[in-house]
Amino acid sequence: MSTLIVPPHVPSVAEDCEQLHKAFEGWGTNERLIISILAHRNAGQRKAIRHAYAETYGKDLLKDLDKELSSDFERLVLLWTLDPPERDAVLTDEATKKWTKSNQVLVEIACTRPSKGLILVREAYHSRFKRSLEEDVAYHTTGDFRKLLLPLVSSYRYEGDEVNLRLAKSEAKILHEKIKGKHYSDDDVIRIVATRSKAQVNATLNEYKNEFGNDIIKDLEHDDDNEFLPILKATFECLVYPENYFEKVLREAINKRGTDEGALTRVVATRAEVDLKIIKDLYHKRNSVPLHRAIVKDTHGDYEKMLVALIGEDDA
Amino acid sequence: MAVADEFGVLTKAFTGLGVDEKSLISILGKWHPEHKQSFRKTTRDIFVEDERQFERWDDRHVQKLQQEFLRFKDAVVLWTMHPWERDARLLREAVYKGPKYGILVEIACTRSSEELLGARRAYHSLFEHSIEEDIAFHIHSSEKKLLVGLVSAYRYEGPKYGEEVAKSEAKILKNVIKDGAKKLHEEEEIVRILTTRSKLHLKAVFKHYKETSGNYLDEDLGDHLILKQTVQCLCKPETYFTEVLDVSLKGIGHDFAKEALTRVIVTRADVDLKLIKEEYHHLSGFTLSHKIEEIANGNFKDFLLTLIARGDQEN
Repeated sequence: MSTLIVPPHVPSVAEDCEQLHKAFEGWGTNERLIISILAHRNAGQRKAIRHAYAETYGKDLLKDLDKELSSDFERLVLLWTLDPPERDAVLTDEATKKWTKSNQVLVEIACTRPSKGLILVREAYHSRFKRSLEEDVAYHTTGDFRKLLLPLVSSYRYEGDEVNLRLAKSEAKILHEKIKGKHYSDDDVIRIVATRSKAQVNATLNEYKNEFGNDIIKDLEHDDDNEFLPILKATFECLVYPENYFEKVLREAINKRGTDEGALTRVVATRAEVDLKIIKDLYHKRNSVPLHRAIVKDTHGDYEKMLVALIGEDDA
Repeated sequence: MAVADEFGVLTKAFTGLGVDEKSLISILGKWHPEHKQSFRKTTRDIFVEDERQFERWDDRHVQKLQQEFLRFKDAVVLWTMHPWERDARLLREAVYKGPKYGILVEIACTRSSEELLGARRAYHSLFEHSIEEDIAFHIHSSEKKLLVGLVSAYRYEGPKYGEEVAKSEAKILKNVIKDGAKKLHEEEEIVRILTTRSKLHLKAVFKHYKETSGNYLDEDLGDHLILKQTVQCLCKPETYFTEVLDVSLKGIGHDFAKEALTRVIVTRADVDLKLIKEEYHHLSGFTLSHKIEEIANGNFKDFLLTLIARGDQEN
């Protein structure tokens, strides 16, 4: 469920454009005005505003935002304003070009978006970067990581609810065997996690728990030195428990000394219109403090205000 | 026509691809019992002498006949189908009744990015699985990785590509091929390049390969059929289809090859059949129509010839 609050009577697209343009005028920028508009418009509305802005002023709204704003606030506003598939294309491009073994963004986007959503990301990636996402992932990643990441970003999973229980049982057994033997990047493990439908993976993990007693996630926590394991774990989490995954990312981003603004920005911008409400509730439950209070404590200025607006806790 | 000639015509009507419906009607329809008897006694490969003194239809031939009567229907159904459904069904059959790697490569690599995506979508609807999951599950050979990669690709189709990267990838391929591994289709870099790069990029790689090594990439991959087919399908599909047709029109014995004739003509009629025809003529010295006249019959033959003629009208 979304945390985005759109006012019941939204000004016309022309008015929004005019206000935004005014916000850039003269010395300095009226950040409050920018937040009051952009943080309270959904994807369709933001797209219309961008289009109208370009027609009216002959400029790209995003370029003007880039010029006028700076640092964390700018990044949040830019990411937020982008159309979701384009946003994900930008995020995957960054994740690929600056890829490190601990980077989970590719897994996150490949596995938490619906099947059709991932196709739209790949389309947007073609348009924007003149290459395919999979060719860049294949080129920039190596070894076991490529072995997992390439099929993940190339997948077009079946989206139905049908589940084959017999298959779920046999594949749970395979997973258990491979994990016990520490063959984390085994062909069958990759096959199951990269090609089965989310419903099927879910059923498989249920059978795993029924048969072997533990959550597969628990069984994947034992090898601290193994760099591949966190990525595999994140894959299962993103496929089957995305809200838990995002709560964890937020918790770690905020608790970290200095705050991981990158992760905080990314989760809020990409989930505000999807399931941030559920993530917010989970956060509160897990950390005994509401998300917005943790954000206010750890961030400041316009960046803080924008975050708070997107999680639906500002007074606007 | 003399009865003896009629025997000849009737035999031809029952052999080759499809059946000659008109001849069957005009000849069989007017024959009296003694003509039919005569035909049965003299046509030894279609009728066998039973120990209880009568001439019996050879079982295998009846089965073949059944297939041949259906050949026209199959062609029509395939032609009329939505290309997405058609390709999804062809993919399914290639996985479950085979596996037939060639057809998997053919569909994954000769269709446009959007057409392949459509086929994957149709596969979801028809079979409640994704094509990649079925290939990964049912194919256990070393070709699996290449096949899953090919079928999962959503290649960039725009005009941009990196000339320098293409050059370096041509070099990589040259070195990997030179090292002479037995299962070249398992080599990581080959799989990466062939399953993810855009077709335009691959054509540039192909070009640089020729310029720096003096050879054509698909020829150098000659010992590794699946890779040769992959490169051809991606870079010059007309060559691939011409070879498939050539085999199909020669090796009439195999069911597999016979079906290829229908598949190629039906799936390429509105795409590049004209180019394929030219290349076939160049390769074999015969025109495609001529060959089809020779080995096909009746409605099936007429249908194929009509599809082939479409290309001529267009340009």
